Amino acid sequence: MGAIRFDNVGRVYGGKQGSVEALKGVHLDIADKEFMAVVGPSGCGKTTCLRFVAGFDQPTSGTVSVDDVRVTSPGPDRAVVFQQFALMPWKTVRGNIELGLRNNGIARAERDDRIERILALMNLTSYADAFPHQLSGGMQQRVSIARAYVLDPDVLLMDEPFGALDAQTRVVMQEELVRLARRNPRTVMFITHAVEEAVYLADRVAVMARQPGRIKEILDIRSVREAERWDEHEKIEDVMDLESFVHLRTQIWRSLRQEKAMEIA
Amino acid sequence: MTRILKTDNAFLLGTIGLCSFLALWTLLSLSGLVPRLFLPSPVEVAGRFIHLLSHRFADGTLLDHLWASMLRFAGGFGLAVLIGVPLGLLMGWFRLLDDIVTPLFDAVRFIAPIAWVPFAALWFGTGIGGPIMIIFAGAFPPCLINAYRGAKFVDPRLIEAARMLGTPDLRMISEVLLPSAVPSIIAGLRISAGLGWQSLVGAELIVASTGIGYMMVQGQGNVSTTTVMSGMIGIGIIGLVIDIVLRGAETAILRRRGLAT
Repeated sequence: MGAIRFDNVGRVYGGKQGSVEALKGVHLDIADKEFMAVVGPSGCGKTTCLRFVAGFDQPTSGTVSVDDVRVTSPGPDRAVVFQQFALMPWKTVRGNIELGLRNNGIARAERDDRIERILALMNLTSYADAFPHQLSGGMQQRVSIARAYVLDPDVLLMDEPFGALDAQTRVVMQEELVRLARRNPRTVMFITHAVEEAVYLADRVAVMARQPGRIKEILDIRSVREAERWDEHEKIEDVMDLESFVHLRTQIWRSLRQEKAMEIA
Repeated sequence: MTRILKTDNAFLLGTIGLCSFLALWTLLSLSGLVPRLFLPSPVEVAGRFIHLLSHRFADGTLLDHLWASMLRFAGGFGLAVLIGVPLGLLMGWFRLLDDIVTPLFDAVRFIAPIAWVPFAALWFGTGIGGPIMIIFAGAFPPCLINAYRGAKFVDPRLIEAARMLGTPDLRMISEVLLPSAVPSIIAGLRISAGLGWQSLVGAELIVASTGIGYMMVQGQGNVSTTTVMSGMIGIGIIGLVIDIVLRGAETAILRRRGLAT
């Protein structure tokens, strides 16, 4: 379970110089267990959309619902992975991962069991007792993903999770996320401005436009991936070399570039 | 000369400052411009200080008096921390409590601790209770204010992360706001300890039958300026020790989080 629906969602920010329409008439359906990437120029409101699903913000018009229940507050059924990790610096890796489990009243024995499994899955076992500041950015983001995944959430919300990482670490994390997502599918809403990342990871890619922020088009990646058997290639660079990949990437770039051109004109 | 005056020679510069001060003091007291009784020389004060360490004056040695003062201080300061820090954190999280307490607190905190002396003596007596209340009056506001500010300035992303994980209110305070506010709280404790210690001595000058302030009043009564100055030195040393301990705790906590080297 974990189908997300944006129904005619709008967001207006009022100010002294008049109001600004940040989002207008956003319709988006993300199916249960679907991996949806959202790309768009900065300021198009893609992060705002994610924050609506997380329950951090509310739209000024329309509704955002998960499994037909309107979202009103944050909750562990919708786990968030933040760009800046947002780990508690005073808690160890284990302590950070454990917090959500404790909040949900899970017994000690089961907690330990689930933590061991997620640590192993994310290659974090030997860092269980380290503090976040002792880890590299990539490791910290692994902890943040582990913290979200360990709750077994219906929905995983990722807000440019690899945006703060260096290029090499980013590639490793993308490959790991693909493995994790295929093995343990969740409904994922993945915000990014990296087009390749979106095409590589997602089942579908939503391209957003700005002023006002809205969904411009949605591309189906999954049918191409399955037809062209991307998953038979283990390395990201091999997938990125495929003609079908390049074609989709170019299509999205064009769509975004039109946006840029309009902006300059 | 410029090389000596570089900022990394802080210890050397500090020593130069202290020695110049002692030299000036000695010259002034030996010059005869000021009567010796009004301004005893550093050597005389040091002699008296050492003498008082082992000889009783006003019912106790210098150490007895300092000990009595420190016990009162521990009581008042401890109470201020135990009430001020949790209340500040709660106010930082619950808007309602903030709105109720803040106007009252803002009005009361500008009353100097010494102004409470008449009521402190009336309500809690001049032995232990009264001075504790006066220390509390001095030490409480910085505890509350810094815990409150610490709670208000928690990285909002950490609060969002904790909310997303389903963290209930009390755990939010104990496991997110409190640890995040620790540097601010310790800075508050340092101010609080300073004000509390000053308030204590002020209170003892007026009400009390033991303690370092009482010893100084007795010294004044006996026109023993060296005794008064010995008391001042004792106060300074204890204040410095309290601050060094708190600073050490601050550094240890920051280092644990990788925020200091």
